[in-house]
Amino acid sequence: MSKRTDSNGYTMMFAVIMVFVVGSLLAFLASSLKPAIKENERIEKQQNILYAMGVNENDASNANFVSTKVAGAEFKKYIKKQLVLEGNKISESQDAYLIDVKKQQANAKDGKVRKLPLFVGEKEGKTFYVAPIRGKGLWDAIWGYVSMDENMVVQGAYFDHKGETPGLGANIKQRYFMDDFIGEHLMTEAGVFKGITVKKGNNDAVNEDKTDYEVDAIAGATITGDGVSAMIKKDLSLYVPYFKNLKK
Amino acid sequence: MGLLSKRDAALLTDPLADNNPITIQVLGICSALAITAELKASIVMAVSVLFVLGLGNVVISLMRNIIPSKIRIIVQLIVVATLVIIVDLVLKAFAYELSKTLSVFVGLIITNCIIMGRFEAFALGNGPWRAFLDGIGNAVGYGVILIAVGFFRELLGSGTLLGFKVLGDPIEKTGLYAIGYENNGFMLLSPMALIVVGILIWIQRSRNTSLIEEN
Repeated sequence: MSKRTDSNGYTMMFAVIMVFVVGSLLAFLASSLKPAIKENERIEKQQNILYAMGVNENDASNANFVSTKVAGAEFKKYIKKQLVLEGNKISESQDAYLIDVKKQQANAKDGKVRKLPLFVGEKEGKTFYVAPIRGKGLWDAIWGYVSMDENMVVQGAYFDHKGETPGLGANIKQRYFMDDFIGEHLMTEAGVFKGITVKKGNNDAVNEDKTDYEVDAIAGATITGDGVSAMIKKDLSLYVPYFKNLKK
Repeated sequence: MGLLSKRDAALLTDPLADNNPITIQVLGICSALAITAELKASIVMAVSVLFVLGLGNVVISLMRNIIPSKIRIIVQLIVVATLVIIVDLVLKAFAYELSKTLSVFVGLIITNCIIMGRFEAFALGNGPWRAFLDGIGNAVGYGVILIAVGFFRELLGSGTLLGFKVLGDPIEKTGLYAIGYENNGFMLLSPMALIVVGILIWIQRSRNTSLIEEN
């Protein structure tokens, strides 16, 4: 049985047409859905920042954001100032939360000045300083927001990931892991920045010791945990000068 | 006479037992290892594969007479990748929360050997309706094993099911933990998925000895 579909010419034609059809279909879909996706991502950033400073709808064991409908209004209500730190320069910007941390990290690598967004929020008379962090997990990017008080004591943390293993590394966005960071100190009394290390077997599973600069790791998620430690150390250390100035 | 002829019904039921894609054909092991530490992830993956395999089999079957045999594997790959990306984009735009849970699975679905295997072995040689039944049957057969493995790994590894603490609280020492029970952290690691699958294969073959190959 000779098939016309076996000839080289047909094969080439088929490949070209298929690539063209599939390519334009996906391109069309991607560009027409882009505004909706961007909007979702924008709202999510606001929800993340609010979550870190404790504005969320957590129940007993699950992490829940404020709903997408009210996120914009809540963001305006709680976030008093959005700062951008560039070297020694501090400016205010209404869109600081849209700064792409990934791009800024690349800028810093190229020797350019990295813009550091910092969100100053107020809730029940307390001031929160929320900073974004970003790093590498086992498979892909991980990122998050950490809220601190003026002594760099963690008040709340939110972590997220692109593709960590479900049930293992993906659990960094579970309440039981994120809540461990609350109350942890990032800096010693003397003002030395220590960061927080995600550590196996630190004999403090319920995390009672808040000044050991450690939280208990997730079993089976060593590399993701190391990624979390690394991004906290690397990205939050950049904010140390700001906090030291704050105290003066 | 039921809704399906006997031959068609066999397409649905065979993969559930005597021709199960995981325990008999040993396909799709990679994802069975990767995502079964939690029951919820297993269920999400099972449903995603059900959708992609059912639809993908129909698409490939409709195209079966025009696909050049020399590049058929590439064509299959493109069809499944396109389907998955379309679903991913639509979810991102209209069901963002859901898409965040599913994004991890996108890569795993595209590279799932069961999907390529069914395209190659069945959809290329059969009509769309039969291909659809075959896809659904195999996806369910895959899903059943995945959910079984996820059930045991989460229960014994974390002491939870779908996140609920069914055995008590390991830190507060309530429930089973009060009498000295401990979670087996080893269950959370990938090798245990293989061992659980191995035990399932063992049980299946000891109940149906015709499945045992002669040496």
